[in-house]
Amino acid sequence: MADGLINLTIDGAPVSVPPGTLVIEAAKQAGVLVPHYCYHPGLPVAGVCRMCLVEIEKAPKLQIACATTVTEGMVVKTQAPAAKDARQSVLEFLLINHPLDCPICDQAGECELQDFVFQEGQPGTRYGEFAKRFNPVEDFGPDVLYVPNRCILCTRCVRFMEDVAKEPVLNVSERGDRAFIGIHPEARLDHPWAGNVVDLCPVGSLLSKDFLHKARAWELDKTASICTGCSQGCNITLDTRDEVVVRVRPRPNLDINRYFICDHGRMHYRWMNRGDRIEAPLVKKDGGLHATDWDEAFARVLAILRGASGKAVALVSPGASSEALAATKRLLSGFSWTGAFQVVMGEEAPLSGVPNLALRAERAPNAKGAEQLGYTRDYAQALAAAKSAAVVLVLDEPDCAVETDGALIYAGTVLGEDAACRRAEVVLPIANVAEEEGTFTNLDGREQRYYQAKPAPGMAQPAAWVLGQLAQEMGLAEVQ
Amino acid sequence: MGYPHKSHPKETVVLSQYFGDADARTFKGWTKRGGYEALAQSLKLDPVAVTDVVKESGLRGRGGAGFPTGLKWSFMPKEKKRPHYLCVNADESEPGTFKDREIMRWTPHALLEGTAIAAHAIRAEVAYIYIRGEFTEPWTIMERALAEANAADVFGDITIHLHRGAGAYICGEETALMNSIEGKRGNPRIKPPFPAAAGLFGLPTTINNVETLAAVPHIIKRGAAWYKALSLSNPKSTGTKLFSVCGHVQRPGNYEVTMGFPLKDLLYDMCGGPPPGRTFKACIPGGSSVPILTREETDACLLDYEGVVASGSMLGSGGVIVFDDSADMVYQIMRLARFYAHESCAQCTQCREGTAWTTKIMERILAGQGKPTDLDLLLDLSENMTGKTICVLSDSCAAPIVSGIKKFRGEFEAYLAGKRQPVMVG
Repeated sequence: MADGLINLTIDGAPVSVPPGTLVIEAAKQAGVLVPHYCYHPGLPVAGVCRMCLVEIEKAPKLQIACATTVTEGMVVKTQAPAAKDARQSVLEFLLINHPLDCPICDQAGECELQDFVFQEGQPGTRYGEFAKRFNPVEDFGPDVLYVPNRCILCTRCVRFMEDVAKEPVLNVSERGDRAFIGIHPEARLDHPWAGNVVDLCPVGSLLSKDFLHKARAWELDKTASICTGCSQGCNITLDTRDEVVVRVRPRPNLDINRYFICDHGRMHYRWMNRGDRIEAPLVKKDGGLHATDWDEAFARVLAILRGASGKAVALVSPGASSEALAATKRLLSGFSWTGAFQVVMGEEAPLSGVPNLALRAERAPNAKGAEQLGYTRDYAQALAAAKSAAVVLVLDEPDCAVETDGALIYAGTVLGEDAACRRAEVVLPIANVAEEEGTFTNLDGREQRYYQAKPAPGMAQPAAWVLGQLAQEMGLAEVQ
Repeated sequence: MGYPHKSHPKETVVLSQYFGDADARTFKGWTKRGGYEALAQSLKLDPVAVTDVVKESGLRGRGGAGFPTGLKWSFMPKEKKRPHYLCVNADESEPGTFKDREIMRWTPHALLEGTAIAAHAIRAEVAYIYIRGEFTEPWTIMERALAEANAADVFGDITIHLHRGAGAYICGEETALMNSIEGKRGNPRIKPPFPAAAGLFGLPTTINNVETLAAVPHIIKRGAAWYKALSLSNPKSTGTKLFSVCGHVQRPGNYEVTMGFPLKDLLYDMCGGPPPGRTFKACIPGGSSVPILTREETDACLLDYEGVVASGSMLGSGGVIVFDDSADMVYQIMRLARFYAHESCAQCTQCREGTAWTTKIMERILAGQGKPTDLDLLLDLSENMTGKTICVLSDSCAAPIVSGIKKFRGEFEAYLAGKRQPVMVG
């Protein structure tokens, strides 16, 4: 036994895992996915779906891989005929009451029942003409619908609410084949993290109202990203259909958000699809802003910067990438500069069952990164300083109420109504978080990369590129 | 004294000695009959010594599984670091079984005394007696008896609580019972951990059946050797056992016989045989969850753990259900399947869906709409429902189906062939 690890064999492949590891997890290391429904690594083990039955040498009967811990020398056979037969029969039992409404089910294409039936189920049914169980759709909460007919009673949702959210509003009601997921008669599924039950549901029984009938799973492109809803830095996947962000889902990261995201983060994506984006560089001419090309816009900015000296102020968004913030700092490094940001605050909403995981009060993804780069939270003072500054650069703060006697440069995604940015000398169109690659630093100082999910509109470019190009032209050294 | 009939000479009356004797229900009446002497004696002994006596006696669990009681007690942690619990399973819900009910109705103090001795043996400070919800009369009697015994302060440091079930068969499964006491839904738990390691409230727990514990005071008082000698066939089955006989016999009721007693004698001598003009057809010897025996198998069966297994069934809870030649076995088996479908806790897929599907097929056969493939389908579903779930409820549904089709195939085929008048079951 090397390094206190347990050695076992799974489908002929030797693996070594720490003591206490479950067979189902050890199998993943051997590259074997044991089909399962009720098991989820982020939830307590229930052992109820009986789908993960496997043969273990010397055991008197089949064992469930999700509740069996590894032992030295164990020999696991997931493909033994008895195990395959048992799983096939579980699938048959699950399907007798499951409607075959895949063509209208949001889960189709990412449905574990579909996948495993396709993989190892039988083609026909022996249930015959018996009627399937029927219960009407129920409205569980602000974003969750329950379709009991599709439910396979895996109880992941019940366990999530009970053991992770610690707000046990769901249960299994009734017994036998009449059983369904019940909700407390006076409660709603409106916990700030309740939306996770939709992701946890292995079938299309718990649906997101927001995503309802928006797309088929196979039409979606998936991009690794970081949630911009708060300073927690939850890892997410942006699902895009035809270059429109249609869904946000958690991406497992055991150190930050485990398998979950909050509902605020889940819904925090519509702005990424805004139609009123700045699509071309704008320059002030004859008292108004006029669209132009990047060359003229760059020439105007360089002329302003080269012709000015003394004080410069940067008013930046704490949602900008660290690269953009560093480029801003570099661009203004020839001045006596002040950089500041302000953070929208909200109510903190922890997920009780997971330590150090909450929707944070600071609703911005990169405040920590801005701070580390020398930007201050003293926004009011920076605003005051802007009045007499030679140059003021506003980075994606469309409603920034800045007044200055100097030159105002605005790099942003949209123009605020009647806002200061409309009086800028130059407006530089930039990409939003879904349209660029960049880095955020979360509240604990963890730097995380996010990737481009869709193209930026028109001529917009990532802020880090725009401001970095300008600094390059100015011959300024890179910020370390 | 027997109940509701006078004791039969062939009975060995130990537990049922005072059945029908209302005076034995009172604390005064019970102590007059030698009650609580065994408890006083036990409390003076080391817990290990008490356990050893029970081990030596060969007493095995009377709830159905027949696990050696003393051995079960010895599984409790040797070194006591946390509180220990004793659970008493008085959720007698197995169809055809009504022996614990009579123990509680007539000799509540016997159960309380046995409970306290067991608690002492496993070093538990608290014992819960989980009484089936429908047992209204036994509940009242047990409550009164416990109040009397507490007033007389006979339990030392041991506290006994009565806990009332809410009417679920599955709560008779030991871990479901613990969940139920904890206030949770009565769902069986996955094992391991076993109750001796993590049972009630996650603490070391032993769970025993009412009849098992009622026998303990007798063993303490009269000695392990006496109890061990009560055995007619196999030395691994000792003592007396109560059998609840119901169905097509002339004198149904509880009968107490020595282990190894012939089932035939129980049915003919004690119960008076089938009603006049009828003959026996079949018998379920150990509560509805065990395989059905034919008349021939019944006639040859010896009532002990090994004997009933040798006959092709199990001793189970000792609930003997008898069918004569007027019984429609297909209908009877449908009723059993329907019971399990109704009582499935809905956790495991095979049980939740399988018991209901099995019932639907049985109903279809009875309605004359069965398909030629239905028997094979039932057998295949039963195979898929056996040995694959958390508890044995789905196995219990499969047992009468499999044995019924095997032994009474002709009756099934008569329905399938349209040779029997269809029975509409709603």
